[in-house]
Amino acid sequence: MRIGVVTFPGSLDDRDAARAVRVAGGEAVALWHGDADLHGVDAVVLPGGFSYGDYLRCGAIARFAPVMEPLIDAARGGLPVLGICNGFQVLCESHLLPGALIRNDHRKFVCRDQPLRVESTTTAWTSGYAAAQEIVIPLKNGEGGYVADQRTLDELEGEGRVVVRYLGDNPNGSYRDIAGITNARGNVVGLMPHPEHAVESLTGPSTDGLGFFTSVLEGLVRA
Amino acid sequence: MTIDTVELAAKTPDQPQPWDELGLKEDEYQRIRDILGRRPTNAELAMYSVMWSEHCSYKSSKVHLRQFGEKAPASDALLVGMGQNAGVVDIGHGYAVTFKIESHNHPSYVEPYQGAATGVGGIVRDILAMGARPVAVMDSLRFGPLEADDTHRVLPGVVAGVGGYGNCLGLPNIGGEVVFDPSYAANPLVNALCVGVMKHEDIHLANATGVGNKVVLFGARTGGDGIGGASILASESFDDSKPSKRPAVQVGDPFMEKVLIECCLELFEAQVVEAIQDLGAAGISCATSELASNGDGGMYVQLEKVLLRDPSLTPGEIMMSESQERMMGIVTPENLDAFLAITARWDVETAVIGEVTDTGRLIIDWHGETIVDVDPRTVAHDGPVYERPFERPAWQDELQAAGPDSLPRPSGGEELRDTLLRLLASPNLASKAWITDQYDRYVLGNTVLAQPEDAGVLRIDESTGLGVAIATDGNGRYAKLDPYTGAQLALAEAYRNVATTGARPLAVTDGLNFGSPEDPAVMWQFAEAIRGLADGCQALGTPVTGGNVSLYNQTGGTAILPTAIVGVLGVLDDVARRTPQGFRTSGQVIYLLGETRDEFGGSEWAWAEHGHLGGLPPSVDLAAERELADILVNASRDGLIDAAHDLSDGGLAIALTESVLRYGVGARVWVPDGLDPFVFLFSESQARAIVAVPRSEEVRFTDMCSARRFAHQRIGVVDDGGVLDVQGLFAVPLDQLRTAHESTLSSAFEA
Repeated sequence: MRIGVVTFPGSLDDRDAARAVRVAGGEAVALWHGDADLHGVDAVVLPGGFSYGDYLRCGAIARFAPVMEPLIDAARGGLPVLGICNGFQVLCESHLLPGALIRNDHRKFVCRDQPLRVESTTTAWTSGYAAAQEIVIPLKNGEGGYVADQRTLDELEGEGRVVVRYLGDNPNGSYRDIAGITNARGNVVGLMPHPEHAVESLTGPSTDGLGFFTSVLEGLVRA
Repeated sequence: MTIDTVELAAKTPDQPQPWDELGLKEDEYQRIRDILGRRPTNAELAMYSVMWSEHCSYKSSKVHLRQFGEKAPASDALLVGMGQNAGVVDIGHGYAVTFKIESHNHPSYVEPYQGAATGVGGIVRDILAMGARPVAVMDSLRFGPLEADDTHRVLPGVVAGVGGYGNCLGLPNIGGEVVFDPSYAANPLVNALCVGVMKHEDIHLANATGVGNKVVLFGARTGGDGIGGASILASESFDDSKPSKRPAVQVGDPFMEKVLIECCLELFEAQVVEAIQDLGAAGISCATSELASNGDGGMYVQLEKVLLRDPSLTPGEIMMSESQERMMGIVTPENLDAFLAITARWDVETAVIGEVTDTGRLIIDWHGETIVDVDPRTVAHDGPVYERPFERPAWQDELQAAGPDSLPRPSGGEELRDTLLRLLASPNLASKAWITDQYDRYVLGNTVLAQPEDAGVLRIDESTGLGVAIATDGNGRYAKLDPYTGAQLALAEAYRNVATTGARPLAVTDGLNFGSPEDPAVMWQFAEAIRGLADGCQALGTPVTGGNVSLYNQTGGTAILPTAIVGVLGVLDDVARRTPQGFRTSGQVIYLLGETRDEFGGSEWAWAEHGHLGGLPPSVDLAAERELADILVNASRDGLIDAAHDLSDGGLAIALTESVLRYGVGARVWVPDGLDPFVFLFSESQARAIVAVPRSEEVRFTDMCSARRFAHQRIGVVDDGGVLDVQGLFAVPLDQLRTAHESTLSSAFEA
């Protein structure tokens, strides 16, 4: 199974995402922002970082990169897409996911090992987790506050589209402690925390993040 | 605008020149005239003034720094020594590591965010220029008192700058230190360390060789920022009578630098670049003169080809600008197209501005008129060298005589417990998580240990498990009491910290931060510190590979504490064997390694509890440090210990607390017979560590210590009681320890 990892100028966690794909047993395929071609991959990860320097707004310029054109079409057609941190911001800017990510309420960058609860196991990226499973994976962002209007939030909750939620202290002011959401179809997931940093016990606080990558690989095998 | 050409300069010998405003002394200006046989042009004057500044020329420190070479221990590990952008160390399996520490103190006081940010950016480019991929950063910070108003301006800005730049570059921040002292109030220290990795064959030196090769400037455009940063900011004391120096601070763009890193690595990989030099202090002046004088000796540059952010800049300003995120490459004509294709792929603006010659002259033209015609060696290497007078100050004896012996000491369980809780909450010993949580320690996915561990540990090679450990340390109070010993203590602590994680220490980088070299007392501290460090490195077998000197860290007549920050790099053959700091497993036995003596001179206890600084620092025993390091490295390799923590500021009590708090366990500890409880808990005797030993390994471990005749005492047991219990004296629940340890910084800065 081939999973593409997009590199924008300013992407930082692209190598980590590719490693996580490999650790999970998949083949990582490097995709370049300027190349409007997905090269036949079975799923795509939009990694963390500061694409295009996060100028204007986080993810606002990346959304117009050539690679996003086929990606947006494929995502609407059901291609599994995981946006992590900056990737989540790009997915919101692309309107593949509702809402937006704003500056943390305490106005500082925060890096910590974050306890989370998996709220939905019906997405392409979380099917391998147990319902309500509690996990710890790194969180690191300056603009990770998830916001949306009340109706959207109610809709997300009502349709079971909140994928992961922060446990304990809310680290960034996200509404309703939301750490990740999905689209109606469950193939596009946006996450503020970084599962790719929790795939090896040597370098991560846990290996709890591996499930995101094994979930999609298993789903692809079944399909 | 009239351009001051070489021709004009020859015709107008008496034209007054602003050498004084550019920071040159009269005799230095005269020397430039003698070298050139005429007056310098404005552009030449600008060039000499920055390159001969203290910051670039090391004119006051050179005569002392030579000792690092003269006394360097024989080492197979050193691939590139001092003098290049950074030293390079062999770590085996064909891998080489380059690392260096650099200061950005003065800019960080004037403009904390940009000063600190560009400090990180500069050292990262130094590492990159060697051909290495930068893989981590660390920061060593010093501030005025925690409660001072100005600290609340400087510290949050510096931390946000270090984080803002490093986080955007995608480099994990894996450690460092933060210390508060009144002497740093108007002179904060921001020393940034970067480490990079490459294969041996990828090492690049910054030499301009190959006549006809192109000189290419790429990266950000050249603007008016940072003009005179090196000569004006970093080379004299602050003085209220002078105008604002804010424009002398550079402004950083980490996104540009991230793109530049990836672009340079692709250029190296494609083998289309002969050499790369970063543009830091003194900008184009420095890069052209250093590249030329390290190579074939000549270079011809057409300065008008430099891409500008501000078209109104004069040629002199273009040469002095310290605009960030710029690199200069030497490229063969055959490779030029391939080079330009790669910079274009990364949208990095590139200009071919000149070529390498064999004339022995650096000639710079501006629209067809020659404005610089110099021997580049006279600019880059033959700057002034000062034998500054130095003298042990009269107050040194008095300071050493006023030891801590007369200070009232706590006695009894309750007083000892209260002392521990107060020390845990004191600014220098309190948790620095409020700061380090603003740094990304995970990016790149190879961070094995990061702050608050004793050293940062990185995996270098996934297939073999090869890894490195790095620690920085520096205790200005010890060095004030005795600069020779103080510098060795900084080295000993960093060395011990690296060994504590299980890594074999290999090499050293140093950041030497002192007051004005024009003060003989400061110069004595500086000379003594270097002598101590060079002797120490010789004794420990760890050569100095490079570093940085920052002088004039003083306001008015008061200098900072003499602060030698020492970074030690070590190697782990299998990074999975690293030893973490925290106790984890109930039932494991706690051993104290090393001799505990009644040593409180310069201690954190004397300072935090009594505001006292006097006497002599703890004695240093480098043979014992070597032995302890051997024990810790072997114990890690053979799986004899599960945790280790070095003993330093605040002594055993602080180390024990940190080790139980890390994973939230408890411990029962007893005071060995014949040892005073206060001395046991708070002495800062050196060459000591605590370790947690699984019971199954206890005999093998103690046999190893006994065979080496190294002092080891069984002082406690790890349990899961959630209490630090010093038996017969006091017991404190973990919650209480944690609150004391973790509240200080957050309540100071979140108020």
